[in-house]
Amino acid sequence: MLLNKTWRRRDNLESGAEIIEHKQGFSSGPVIRAKDLVVIKQGKTILKVEDISVFPGEVLAIVGPNGAGKSTLLTILACLEFPTKGAVFFRGHQVTRKNVLSVRREMAVVFQEPLLLDGTVRENVRLGLSLRGLKDDAERRVDTWLERFGITHLSGQMAHTLSGGEAQRTALARALVLEPKVLFLDEPFASLDLMTKHGLLKEFRGILEDSGTTTVLVSHDFSEVRALATRVIVLSGGKIQAEGTPDEISVDVLPKLKESVRPNLTGGWKN
Amino acid sequence: MYVCPYARGLPTRVNTCNAATLSYRGGLVDLVYTGLIKAIRLIVARDPEILEITFLTLRVSGLATLISLAIGIPLGLYLAVAQFRFRKVVVGAVNTGMGLPPTVAGLWVSILLWRNGPLGSLGLMYTPTAMVIAQAVIASPIVTGFTMASVQQLNPKLRLQIMALGASPVQFWWLIIKECRFGLLAAVMAGLGSVISEVGASMAVGGNVRHYTRVLTTAIVMEISKGNFDVAIALSFILMALSYGITFILTVVQQSRRRL
Ligand SMILES: Nc1ncnc2c1ncn2[C@@H]1O[C@H](COP(=O)(O)OP(=O)(O)OP(=O)(O)O)[C@@H](O)[C@H]1O
Ligand SMILES: [Mg+2]
Repeated sequence: MLLNKTWRRRDNLESGAEIIEHKQGFSSGPVIRAKDLVVIKQGKTILKVEDISVFPGEVLAIVGPNGAGKSTLLTILACLEFPTKGAVFFRGHQVTRKNVLSVRREMAVVFQEPLLLDGTVRENVRLGLSLRGLKDDAERRVDTWLERFGITHLSGQMAHTLSGGEAQRTALARALVLEPKVLFLDEPFASLDLMTKHGLLKEFRGILEDSGTTTVLVSHDFSEVRALATRVIVLSGGKIQAEGTPDEISVDVLPKLKESVRPNLTGGWKN
Repeated sequence: MYVCPYARGLPTRVNTCNAATLSYRGGLVDLVYTGLIKAIRLIVARDPEILEITFLTLRVSGLATLISLAIGIPLGLYLAVAQFRFRKVVVGAVNTGMGLPPTVAGLWVSILLWRNGPLGSLGLMYTPTAMVIAQAVIASPIVTGFTMASVQQLNPKLRLQIMALGASPVQFWWLIIKECRFGLLAAVMAGLGSVISEVGASMAVGGNVRHYTRVLTTAIVMEISKGNFDVAIALSFILMALSYGITFILTVVQQSRRRL
């Protein structure tokens, strides 16, 4: 185990609703908490996490090598799939098949690929609002977020004609227009070229800071993590190996990671 | 009665061979041309029997297609995403069904509908309804298979993304259908194409009864067997025009501006 002094277990907490004193000063309860998660797919245990919480206002990064189970964990936390065992709590209430839709409607997810639907940029950005039946100030909200991601001039363009960077901006706008309680990002900048990525990352950090959106970010790229995250969880082999601030992780954990794991944590973490 | 000019005076042995072989030797172009002119004349003159046959064709095949869509689209959507134990067996059956010969479908439906058969009491044998049933049996696996394939062509992560956008189950399926509507329209065309052009099942369960169950394909077969090639060709032109017309409309819909 790659245990680290910054990694703290929270064994004694009974329910997801309990108040957790977090070392970074978040003193309200977690927005999302998952307990005793086990995910088994095709007979293989691909995730085993005893306890994980996401606190209001934080940007939690989940890092780890390929196949660590990061995307799986994100899918579970975002309530897109149910774990084989264990439970997920949203603001203290257990997520069930009955309430999962209303929980999902408090969240937004951006994947590595933009996954836009057939239609214009505007239609895509408005989609989540339409699905929620929000009509009143939908157009205004869409305009605001098109503007913030600098894609106003593309609003009438068909999604399948966009460049990678434009498409990813659209996907981010489509998520943020929902003003989600929790934003999930699964390597949202990975498919972008360095220049685009750098520019978008900078803008995106500003946007996150302004909105104070609670965020879970899956990333391979430690420069991305440094730029955005307030807390980092290292996942490997489906298990949490360490937890800490980006600085702690980069100083204490990354150098100790096994050689086989380290090359996968690409992207400037050595600084 | 069409008399092949080359048949006269030939030895009996040759006479017994079918008329199509003989006619090929003389004026193929002539024959097709005569057929085309005849087709246009029949249509312009609104020949009542031709209209009747054409409308019955449209009615039977249209209805059969609608039924196959009602069965095949939901089933195809389900099979594309569902995970259950015997999925491969069911999918295999669907794929086999896509190649089901119409004659075989006709045979089994007629066994069911036959007077002493399990559904014999309904008295459906040799009715247009029987033809609709048989054609629906033919088209359903085709629509199911095409639907399944078009959903499976979507990026599987798109399903997660749509869920993540907060879609209810109904909204989810609606968006999936919209995303693969090209494939679904292809399913409609393939389904309709398969039934409007089949003859084996219509003949078996419909019987080609004049003014009742005669459709374009069964009429064509009959005219060929009678040696009336010009009429057969005329009917074939009507059938092709019909197929093309419907497919053209669907294609226009399919290729219209891609929108959300
Ligand atoms: N449906 C599935 N069936 C079987 N195994 C699966 C399935 N989905 C994921 N896995 C396995 O689970 C493990 C974790 O997958 P996951 O996608 O969560 O990894 P990841 O950390 O996101 O990796 P990457 O950095 O490459 O995106 C992998 O070994 C993968 O092969
Ligand atoms: Mg992943």
